[in-house]
Amino acid sequence: MANSNNNRRKFMATTLQSVGLTALGGLLWSGYSDEVKASPLILRPPGAIKEEDFLSACIKCGLCAEACQNRDTNIDRLTGKAKQGTLKMAKGGDHKLIGTPFFTPTEVPCYMCEDIPCVPVCPSEALDMKSLLDKKGALDINKARMGLAVVHKESCIAYWGIQCDACYRACPLLGEALTIEMQRNGRTGKHSFMLPIVHDSACTGCGLCEKACVTEKPAIFVLPNNVAKGKAGDHYIKGWDKKDDKRVENAKAEETTTELSKKGDAGDYLNDIGDLY
Amino acid sequence: MKNIKYLLLRRVTQITILVLYFGANAYGWKMLSGTFGSSLLFGFIPLADPYTTIQVLATGFILGADVLLGALIITLFYMIVGGRAFCSWVCPINMVTDLANWLRRKLKLDKEEVNYRFLKRNTRYWIMVLGIIVSAIVGIAAFEVLSPITIMQRGIIFGFGAGISVIFAIFLFDIFGVRNGWCGHLCPLGAAYSLIGKTSLIRVNHDHEACTNCMKCKVVCPENHVLHMINKKSIMVLDGECSNCGRCIDVCDDDALEFGIRSYIKKSKK
Repeated sequence: MANSNNNRRKFMATTLQSVGLTALGGLLWSGYSDEVKASPLILRPPGAIKEEDFLSACIKCGLCAEACQNRDTNIDRLTGKAKQGTLKMAKGGDHKLIGTPFFTPTEVPCYMCEDIPCVPVCPSEALDMKSLLDKKGALDINKARMGLAVVHKESCIAYWGIQCDACYRACPLLGEALTIEMQRNGRTGKHSFMLPIVHDSACTGCGLCEKACVTEKPAIFVLPNNVAKGKAGDHYIKGWDKKDDKRVENAKAEETTTELSKKGDAGDYLNDIGDLY
Repeated sequence: MKNIKYLLLRRVTQITILVLYFGANAYGWKMLSGTFGSSLLFGFIPLADPYTTIQVLATGFILGADVLLGALIITLFYMIVGGRAFCSWVCPINMVTDLANWLRRKLKLDKEEVNYRFLKRNTRYWIMVLGIIVSAIVGIAAFEVLSPITIMQRGIIFGFGAGISVIFAIFLFDIFGVRNGWCGHLCPLGAAYSLIGKTSLIRVNHDHEACTNCMKCKVVCPENHVLHMINKKSIMVLDGECSNCGRCIDVCDDDALEFGIRSYIKKSKK
């Protein structure tokens, strides 16, 4: 009898230990995984679904990076050898979720191949081909939204009045994604500023502008969409636009009460504040 | 030559597979492209890692049909043919842990009892289940963020970076920590393949009449509990944890071990 009791106690203890250690492992593992997936400043291949979903969907096979590396247009005309591809697979030390594809415009930007070799090969649909199809059902790289180019005007020499349109010339959608706006240069009184302006409606985030920028650290650079873009919300609508006008229906009112208003008569608050000196 | 036949065959297979994957990226070969997560054989047959697939599904993302079909093909292959052969015939980490194990034997670390027995062999199944749970909680394939297997494979194809330290850690753990620590105790992928491969047809067969009880097979076997029948019964090694590496066959001087095909029909007659 005593023996079976001992056995039962031992069994309980081992079970408890296993469950406890598993819980410990789970906590450590969850914490670690949650930390490593946080890399907000990462540019994904064309057609990538929303970053949060992309992190779960990408099976880390590298087929996109291989297609990018081995695309027909990647052959150096002088040497006849393949150049470095755009897409890299994140490795240890990159501080990005390991094994997922990304690109760095200052190293190799996306050249926006018309046949988009990187997207149809994706087996997990982390790169969504449907998002890149035009009305006729053909692949259209101009529909890609890998990020958005942003100009830092304090370091952009065009804003100083020096003539430079390197980014504008490099833009595959010049005149649409990137335009030059003339402005009078009041300092000299006889020159004009030629300012690069990015248009969200057409910019694919390929990074050719960032690569072309002449300043020491690029004054125009691509940021992921969720980082680069603001959001007006449904309270603010374009009243002159009937379609936009409807958005206001989604707006939710939010009532807030301050600590002061709870105290009672609002008229007394100046008197209640105590000594002013 | 006889006593390294399967060892050589395994190394040739492992290295050929890695070379094909490497060439797919470096030279645009179409034989075998991608990585273990998901691959394309001959440019059109999809292959996918079943355990990775389950982790991604656990995050709630509905995977593309190519991955699902690929995972099914791989599962059926190991279930029907190969057993746990992925671990010893394909996985690149196997070369690291085999080296660690060989050094361990040469340095006689086991005889000096440099073996911490705080780990049990079934720990891997706990980790396997935990990996799926953590994937569901965190929303990313949890084992893939630290899997030395794919880190090593991607390292060979795309460049290692700091990932090499993970491989080195496994090596150190296996040589100075637990004997067969990674592959035999911790690896959840090995656990998954142990379960998948349980029913496979290719099995090591033991002939107990020929056995002289030298126990060389048990020394070399990375999962030596599967060889419980040595010099006792003439039966097949049916434990799913046997990775069909064939080292026991190599080292056997008495022809008491050989690969065979499991027959389900004969079994039911008995």
